[in-house]
Amino acid sequence: MTMTKGEPPAAGAADAPQRRSHVPGDGTAGAAAIEQARHDMLHEVRGRKRTRIGADALMEALILQGADTLFSYPGGVILPIYDILADYPQIRHILVRHEQGGGHAADGYARASGKVGVCMGTSGPGATNLVTAIGTAQLDSIPMVALTGNVAAPLLGKDAFQEIDITGITLPMTKHNYLVRNADDIPRVVAEAFYIAKTGRPGPVHVDFTKDALQAETRAEHPSLDEIIAGLPGFRPTFEGHPRQLKTAAREIATAKRPLILAGHGVLIAEAWDELKALAEKAQIPVAWTLLGIGAMDEEHPLAYGYMGMHGWKHVNRAIQSADLLIAIGMRFDDRVTGSVKTYAPYARIIHADIDPAEIGKNVAVEVPIVGDAKNVLQGLTRLVHAVDPADRAEYLAQLKEWREESLGSSWHGSGRSDILTADHVVERIGALTDHVATYVADVGQNQMWLARYTGFRRPHSHISSGGLGTMGFAVPAAMGAALGNPDAETWAVCGDGGFQMTSQELMTLAADRIPVKIALLDNKKLGMIRQWQELVYAGNYHSSHLPGPDFVKLAEAYGIPAFKVSTTNEVDAAIHAAQAVDGPALIWFEIEQEQNVYPMMPAGKGLSDLIEQRGPEE
Amino acid sequence: MSPDPAAATPVSAVPEAPPVRAVPGTGEAKRHMLIVLVMDRPGVLNRVASLMRARNFNIDSLAVSRTDKEHISRMTLTLHGDDVAVEQAAKQLYRLIDVLKVQDVTQDQVVEHELALIKVRATDGNRGEVIKIVELYKGAIVDISAESVIVEAHGTETEIDALVALLRSYGIKELVRTGATVMLRGAGSIEEALKL
Repeated sequence: MTMTKGEPPAAGAADAPQRRSHVPGDGTAGAAAIEQARHDMLHEVRGRKRTRIGADALMEALILQGADTLFSYPGGVILPIYDILADYPQIRHILVRHEQGGGHAADGYARASGKVGVCMGTSGPGATNLVTAIGTAQLDSIPMVALTGNVAAPLLGKDAFQEIDITGITLPMTKHNYLVRNADDIPRVVAEAFYIAKTGRPGPVHVDFTKDALQAETRAEHPSLDEIIAGLPGFRPTFEGHPRQLKTAAREIATAKRPLILAGHGVLIAEAWDELKALAEKAQIPVAWTLLGIGAMDEEHPLAYGYMGMHGWKHVNRAIQSADLLIAIGMRFDDRVTGSVKTYAPYARIIHADIDPAEIGKNVAVEVPIVGDAKNVLQGLTRLVHAVDPADRAEYLAQLKEWREESLGSSWHGSGRSDILTADHVVERIGALTDHVATYVADVGQNQMWLARYTGFRRPHSHISSGGLGTMGFAVPAAMGAALGNPDAETWAVCGDGGFQMTSQELMTLAADRIPVKIALLDNKKLGMIRQWQELVYAGNYHSSHLPGPDFVKLAEAYGIPAFKVSTTNEVDAAIHAAQAVDGPALIWFEIEQEQNVYPMMPAGKGLSDLIEQRGPEE
Repeated sequence: MSPDPAAATPVSAVPEAPPVRAVPGTGEAKRHMLIVLVMDRPGVLNRVASLMRARNFNIDSLAVSRTDKEHISRMTLTLHGDDVAVEQAAKQLYRLIDVLKVQDVTQDQVVEHELALIKVRATDGNRGEVIKIVELYKGAIVDISAESVIVEAHGTETEIDALVALLRSYGIKELVRTGATVMLRGAGSIEEALKL
């Protein structure tokens, strides 16, 4: 590709515009300038003493913010960054195979590490390819900084090659975004981007740099934290719960007979799992969790009750429907959690604590709103509530236990059947053979629900799932990021054959960078959740839910990734062990039962009391 | 399949059907006026407008201008909705990094003003009538041609609505309105209250 920097002649110059030469060495002033630029490129950039340009300011800012990994794909306008990237060995650059993969990887990195994930793409298609990943991070409140290049400032708005109004596109789906046209603004903007991304309710921040801003010389200094905060007067999250509201909440808890804590993602974001346990234990309140709240409590804890919502456990939804008090911490009463709001938790008063005031009263009316982060609120509540003797809750807890036993036995999850290979069995074995402490990354659909229900999660940040946006193709690239974000944990991507085929190009990244992700591909040759809805809601009209795929073992092996095929129950454990033994990425192709559904299921528009259940096919 | 409410409920007096949970924001819609102070940064108007669109709030009018404070702009935004919906709009606006202050002044003592320019068909035969009406509304004629006049009017939204309705019978050729601008009465200042 020819790289030309189209610098338009200065408009309205007093003198007649001088013809600019593009022929090196022809003796004109223009040719001399080109020669000089070439000389500067060779000697300043490659030499030790080159000038500091906007791209340097960007890399310095990333390092100052503690970034150590950059998931990126090069392109024309971000070449100034690639030109200096090797000068910053502190940043590990992962060359992804598609920008969407880079975006999800940064997301997975953030979820596994608790740090800000960073991804980058070029202008135009590079930037639009990041959009799905940015949206995924936005809906799940993930701290992410997405960097894009754009055409040089004089070309903005001219429909230049690979120009798109990407800040216009990301504006409604980011926590904040910036278009930087001046190199001197880069240190401040990048520092602000990180601060905004991780402070309060986290979220993605997108920064778009014009090519000339990346190339221009700059002496701008990096701001201090105080300067960053002073520069953002409109951004002042509330961390401390209001004492009066905490007291009111404690009074509600004291009089409740059937209280239930609903733990959401906010508990994990605030790293408040110890505080959650402390409150639950002191006041003897069982804990249910949302999809993104999985891991906030060890599932083996006696007060851990389970996963709620559309495909949640029946006993959990039953407890919600019968509770007289819901203590919701860092969750947002999403429609997949409540179903029809009118029939949701009809007997419950609600305490709702969230760091984002806009979430409180948005979907359900609540009796006690508390704005604050989960850690502060849980600490405050634990201080104020009375210690409850387990004996005083004996009747309630016994009933919950009875419901749980009934529910575990009633919904078909195929386990124990050796004649067919069921997804829940595979997921259960992955959980068991990794001691329930790996990082498990879900894709979207049935596989996501099976993973959430049957793995058994025992530590925070062990479960990663695209909850809000429900982005198919998430698992493999997000697991790639998660493996780098938390290298101490074994990382498993659990996906269906549909989602896997959406981003399987990242197999090459896994292979090239030897990122040790173990992929469990649950292949039912279907878009399983689509098929399930077609079966149950659309009278069996199975249009386009049958999804033939390739030979996945051959596919993985083509990338140099060891792969195993499993078609029967008795091969499962050996394959998992074999994948674990591989030093690097590995794939297991599980050919599972093709028509297994996820039960129970709450049909859309219905309430939590209207679950569809099935015991499975007659044996 | 569904849990048995009798088993599920703690109290002995179980209602026949479970109580219906109130859904937020189903009250009576009325006009609200919001004052929004924002950082004067590129794209801030786009952010506010985009948010209102994405969150399904309908802006009735929006007036934007600078303030006397450097870097701060002021918007007066009117919209229809019930109290909960408008509170939700305000909370969503607060989430924007560039938004400094949102205040619903619907219930407050305010001076509310809007400017309108109305080009009305007026000939020798009826120009006198038009001028009389305009005078009654304390408006002014700022341009006259053989077939039309331009009326300048200011007042509350309702006052201008009334004038426009009266002039409509003569034939309105063009109408432009700035949208409401409001300021709280008394010595208090929303700008001075900002802690920057």
